Amino acid sequence: MKVTGIKDNIKLRINKDRIFLSLVVLFSVITVSPIVLIIFKLIEKGYKQLSFSFLIEKTPDTLQAMSAISAHEVIPGGIANGILGTFLMVALAGVIAIPVGIISGVYLYENQGKLMANLVRNVSDILQGVPSIVLGLISYMWVVKHITHGFSALSGSVALSIMMLPMIVRSTEETLKMIPQTLKEAGLALGIPYWRVLFGILIPTGFSGLMTGILLAVSRVIGETAPLMLTALGSTVINTNISKPTSAIPLLIWEFYNDPNMVDLIWSSSLLLMIIVLTFNLVSKQVAAQRK
Amino acid sequence: MNTNILEIKDPILSIENLSVAYDKNVAVKDVSVGIKKNTVTAIMGPSGCGKSTLLRVLNRMHELYENIHTTGTVLLNGEDVFKMSPIKLRRRTGMVFQRPNPFPTMSIYDNVIAGYKLNGISQKKAERDEIVERSLRDVALWDEVKDSLTKKGTFLSGGQQQRLCIARALAFNPEIILLDEPTSALDPVATSKIEDLLITLKENYTIVMVTHNMSQAARISDYSLFMYLGELVEYGKTKNMFTNPQDRRTEEYLTGKFG
Ligand SMILES: Nc1ncnc2c1ncn2[C@@H]1O[C@H](COP(=O)(O)OP(=O)(O)OP(=O)(O)O)[C@@H](O)[C@H]1O
Ligand SMILES: [Mg+2]
Repeated sequence: MKVTGIKDNIKLRINKDRIFLSLVVLFSVITVSPIVLIIFKLIEKGYKQLSFSFLIEKTPDTLQAMSAISAHEVIPGGIANGILGTFLMVALAGVIAIPVGIISGVYLYENQGKLMANLVRNVSDILQGVPSIVLGLISYMWVVKHITHGFSALSGSVALSIMMLPMIVRSTEETLKMIPQTLKEAGLALGIPYWRVLFGILIPTGFSGLMTGILLAVSRVIGETAPLMLTALGSTVINTNISKPTSAIPLLIWEFYNDPNMVDLIWSSSLLLMIIVLTFNLVSKQVAAQRK
Repeated sequence: MNTNILEIKDPILSIENLSVAYDKNVAVKDVSVGIKKNTVTAIMGPSGCGKSTLLRVLNRMHELYENIHTTGTVLLNGEDVFKMSPIKLRRRTGMVFQRPNPFPTMSIYDNVIAGYKLNGISQKKAERDEIVERSLRDVALWDEVKDSLTKKGTFLSGGQQQRLCIARALAFNPEIILLDEPTSALDPVATSKIEDLLITLKENYTIVMVTHNMSQAARISDYSLFMYLGELVEYGKTKNMFTNPQDRRTEEYLTGKFG
């Protein structure tokens, strides 16, 4: 009697385990399926357009697209203006946000528990929650109206840099907090001035942590559309002048969406954007893994 | 005048009426003591009695804490350390910490020369090579690492890392070396190597070392300083203190009644 009782009990447990395991698998599949479906769809619909000329030629006009479609040909041209614009604006945003973010992060690290530092930290956290279109609006008011007197790459960069800032501030502070205090002390005890200890010892030691934060911030803003609509506007030509309107990949996707003749280009542009974002994500994961 | 405190003639380091407080909490109470050149002086006492605080005042590392206040004077070779720039003072004093802490991104070579490089002192390569070799020879690490100077300092064993940290502190040819429990994170073999090293180093340097380990103090120090609740209770030749302690508290500590 007793023995079979135990056996039943074990069977029950095994069954419970199985049910639980299948639930775990089911929910995991539900979680990953959107991204798999998205990538699958993008590849299916976008690969035809994705060629070398797609990367180096500027966007076609709607007539070129229309005649290509009626001739059952692949739409000519590419999105070089958007690719270049995206990299130009994100790089410029980084040039603004990285030094400011790192210096603010150092300030927070050095002033743990102080009133002013807590205030800065909270404001930075709030900034992270501000809708990106509002940041676009702010940049419009500051830069478009008063600095470049017109839509410009610079104003887009300013909007993106404000978005990047909180992430860089936080990752800098957290990274520095993880570095043993005695490394800083060892540096200072050698008579090295604080700022050289910071740039010569602490920041190199936390380099991969800082890099991870920066790369995640970049991958976060690279697909932003709304703030750029109010600032960079878009452009059909390849532009490298930061005071002139500039295109970006997400802006082009929006434009293609609004033009029935260009719809085919949505997929290839989205696919490319996705590849770029995923690359940044993977690289930042790799950098983060390296520090362990 | 406390008769249990030995007076030192011509001290290299002279601490006069030094008191240190964290906010209202007094950690070092009116300590006056002279340190003799080319000796090893051990600072002993139970946990929390102010040993580290006292040591850190000597190269003004205590200034990293904002809530700390000091009164009294410290003279290094007759110069008031509170009146010189902390940067200059720290180049004249080497400091070694409880846990080995080589700079993790730097090679063995760069760790040793870090004080010069990061201070922006321009030197010829030969000059640097010479400093690195001398410092590593001083800590008996040269033969072990001379073929791997470009490897990261953190690849070394714990004991080797600590010797590397001592070499780093020696690179400026400091007048005095301050060590805060330098062997407490090391195994017995590595510990005894460091102890032997300190004994040879005193020929050229003056060593002040905080230690929790009484037998270590007995083995390597010439003078011992016993602190209790921030007070300097007794100071004298180590031999005398261990064989014939003057104060009841010293005796109780040395016989293991507390601490
Ligand atoms: N940063 C600090 N802020 C406030 N109080 C401190 C600080 N550091 C040390 N203290 C206090 O000062 C006293 C002396 O501390 P100290 O670290 O000098 O002792 P110690 O003798 O080195 O102890 P241990 O043997 O544990 O290392 C202790 O009461 C300690 O709590
Ligand atoms: Mg201590």
